[in-house]
Amino acid sequence: MSQIEEVTIDQYKHLVSERALTGETMLLNMGPQHPSTHGVLRLLLELDGEVIVNAIPDIGYLHTGIEKNMEAKTYLKAEVMTDRLDYMNTVGNNLAYCMAVEKLVDLDVPERAQSIRVILTELQRIASHLVWIGTFGLDLAAMSMFLYAFREREAILDILELCSGQRMMTTYIRPGGLWRDVPVEFEKAVRDFIKTFPKRIAEYEALLTKNPLFLDRLLGIGKLDAATALQHGVTGPMLRASGVDWDLRKVRPYMGYDQYDFNVPVATEGDTYARYIVRVQELRESLKIVEQALNKLPMGPVRSENRKFVAPPRSEIGVSMEALIHHFKLWTEGFPAPKASIYSAVESPRGELGVYLEGDGGPKPYRVHMRTPSFDNLSVVSKIVKGHLVADLVAILASTDIVLGDIDR
Amino acid sequence: MDKKLKKIVQDLQEKFGSSIEEFRDEVHVFVKPGQIVDVLTLLRDKHEFELLSAQTASDYWPQMSPRFHVIYQLTSLAKNLSVQLRVPVNGDQPKVPTATRVYEVANWRERELMDMFGIQFEGHPDPRKLLLPEDQEGHPLRKDFPLGYEEPQFTFNYEEIDLRKPYAKE
Repeated sequence: MSQIEEVTIDQYKHLVSERALTGETMLLNMGPQHPSTHGVLRLLLELDGEVIVNAIPDIGYLHTGIEKNMEAKTYLKAEVMTDRLDYMNTVGNNLAYCMAVEKLVDLDVPERAQSIRVILTELQRIASHLVWIGTFGLDLAAMSMFLYAFREREAILDILELCSGQRMMTTYIRPGGLWRDVPVEFEKAVRDFIKTFPKRIAEYEALLTKNPLFLDRLLGIGKLDAATALQHGVTGPMLRASGVDWDLRKVRPYMGYDQYDFNVPVATEGDTYARYIVRVQELRESLKIVEQALNKLPMGPVRSENRKFVAPPRSEIGVSMEALIHHFKLWTEGFPAPKASIYSAVESPRGELGVYLEGDGGPKPYRVHMRTPSFDNLSVVSKIVKGHLVADLVAILASTDIVLGDIDR
Repeated sequence: MDKKLKKIVQDLQEKFGSSIEEFRDEVHVFVKPGQIVDVLTLLRDKHEFELLSAQTASDYWPQMSPRFHVIYQLTSLAKNLSVQLRVPVNGDQPKVPTATRVYEVANWRERELMDMFGIQFEGHPDPRKLLLPEDQEGHPLRKDFPLGYEEPQFTFNYEEIDLRKPYAKE
């Protein structure tokens, strides 16, 4: 057991103002276990009365060494680690990783699989935004919001369970396609959701959007301008709320996003309220994409025919020698990837989720780095909370929509 | 390669003598450690690469010179382009000048790299540990850092693995 050293101010000397050294301002720990930090995040606050002078985030409490672990697994087995990164966006993480693998080994994805991937990631985006809107309400003392939002999220998790057997850690998207085709009940479940959900969004908006108490807490709080946002690598709804129209689904379409008609909501104010408005509008846009994708869902295979990377269907194994060999090779050794590196990014509910993947000619990734959006989105918080009250910090932190599993990896 | 990107890469080649590699439409520009701040400043100010999307590193141990590549993934929102810079660093006391003054996002990214790879970023404003505990020794993402479990020893490789087992030192 190592001895716990006393934490002194020396360590933070260069980060706090001079007034903290004389004891004029107070240093206060917020977290790691605090209900409004959305996980285990510790914030060291320098307070002048109730006004924040400096905020120093301390992260790493959930660091699990996912990148190192992935290096020791084959490309297929490493995928389950990606579910555990951002546990609100598991399907999106799988998609980001699988797209990286597909780019590295140059693997095709059938059209039906692409459409199903789009439907599921957009449903997951809605689910993620629902958790956000629920906890956002909870942090601002709108308790009922939490209960409403989780009701609809449950419907989405049921759809994921229908497809993959799992509610959260799905690993349903696989390199080269999907684990298997969606069941027959899938279409009806998604159609039911599309039918009911617009009314639900109207309900949320009736509760919050023009609520005077809600507006008082949010308008003009935590202003973030576009230049600061870009300097700090902020992406996703947070960047779009600061007036930058940048959505990877639109500017660098992947998985056939270019064939769907949707808007990218942008706000210019850059405050906490703008971030709320952008995300609520994104709920509607995502639903539009789901509906379009479901309407023109093509028939066909959901896995690539390239047997060097994707296992053959069970029915072939009994009749084809080659299929048996491929099956055996893929599940014991895995497939090799070239000695090269690629960077591939998708738009997650929080921003740019990038995967840096490097192969060394063998069946295991040589290096995987996940560029997670929450990490950079949190790093800007200490800039935008200065001069606000502690109660506003709660609102600002909630509006960044961070997931600590995504930050610490 | 995209025409607009080609001009930018040519500019870098002329000014800094960088070599390039291409793979699946991605361009990797190799930059010397001493030049990185100038290259980043040029790309940000002249060529509108506003966003440092990712900053990471890769370890090529047991190769020692260069042992590491520090990787900068840059994105231009105005031109919708991406370019990757790779900075080869030697294994003996790896050092790179900090990019914090060009892109503030590099602050946390570099702290993470200091934790994970032990690469020092000269002039970093806040070189504390970020993700790892303060008393952590070693740099986990280096290739010579064990994953945490013991390698199984068989008769044919018993001694080979035994040699690199982390027994208590006297």
